[in-house]
Amino acid sequence: MTAPAREREESVRAGWARLWRAGRPRLTRANLYICVLAMLLGFAMVAQVHETRSSGLENLRQEDLVALLDSVNQQSLKLSKEADELTATKKQLESGTGDQAALQAATQRLETLGILAGTLPATGPGIRLTIGDPGNNVRPSDILNAVEELRDAGAEAMQINGVRVIAATYFAASGGTGMVIDGTTVHAPYVIVAIGDPHTMATAMAIPGGVVDGLKQLHATPVVTSESRVAVTALRPATSPRYAQPDN
Amino acid sequence: MIPAIGLLVGLVIGIVLHPDVPLGLQPYLPIAVIAALDAVFGAVRAVLDGIFDDKVFVVSFLSNVVVAALIVYLGDQLGVGSQLSTGVVVVLGVRIFSNVAAIRRHLFHA
Repeated sequence: MTAPAREREESVRAGWARLWRAGRPRLTRANLYICVLAMLLGFAMVAQVHETRSSGLENLRQEDLVALLDSVNQQSLKLSKEADELTATKKQLESGTGDQAALQAATQRLETLGILAGTLPATGPGIRLTIGDPGNNVRPSDILNAVEELRDAGAEAMQINGVRVIAATYFAASGGTGMVIDGTTVHAPYVIVAIGDPHTMATAMAIPGGVVDGLKQLHATPVVTSESRVAVTALRPATSPRYAQPDN
Repeated sequence: MIPAIGLLVGLVIGIVLHPDVPLGLQPYLPIAVIAALDAVFGAVRAVLDGIFDDKVFVVSFLSNVVVAALIVYLGDQLGVGSQLSTGVVVVLGVRIFSNVAAIRRHLFHA
């Protein structure tokens, strides 16, 4: 064993010996104080450990609590904002009933416009005006007159010999017999089917000096029959205007 | 020996009684415990150095605890309580480490 090693051995032994000597039970006042302090330390350690384990927020200091509250507030603000957004989305989705109503209205509008534009067939109460023309005296203007009179009386849908009458319908003379309506040549007898209030329209036809009278003067044979159900089945293809643009 | 028994007795009492720390003491108790631990390790080191004195130990223990609590209290009043208690813990931790290192050198020469 070398000298430094032996020295070290001795110093270690001396250390343990000192510790042992100091640890020997001695009943002095100082030792009592130390014992009490050690007891206090152990007690405090346990109390603190217990406190730290058992409590969440109550042993945090005020500024930590304020910071915590701040962050919680911020988070709650963020979450409530998110909740607002989601509520708005939900409301939007729920107003699918509103969309349903809009769809219904749009469908109704489409039907109305389809009847007016002649793209949909229509049935309903109305009259049938049959004009026999043995002398070939009836001019397009006479038919136009009858149509205008019917419109005046509230006709909602009309057709003449299988040609739908709409706002853009034109009546023109043909080279031979009959006439041209919207590019289609029609011949007598002209059968005008109009949907509307049958009584009003029949009365309008029968006015003295009116349509029926005028046609009779041309030696034609107009016959008006009121029917509880007539069908306007002639259709026109839907066309979109080339020049006119909606101006809102 | 007797102080170690005292420590054990204190631990057992604490475990049995399950004490609640008073609200006013709550910020200071952890720091006080760390300070007391520092005093204890310092005392063991002093024993090994052969310079241990009962009176010095009692005074240093109590003053350590009181000063640590006072520093934290002052920091709380100044609005830097958490930073200051962190600083106190760091300083006491460093001291404890150096004391433990000295004890280790004495007892194991390593």
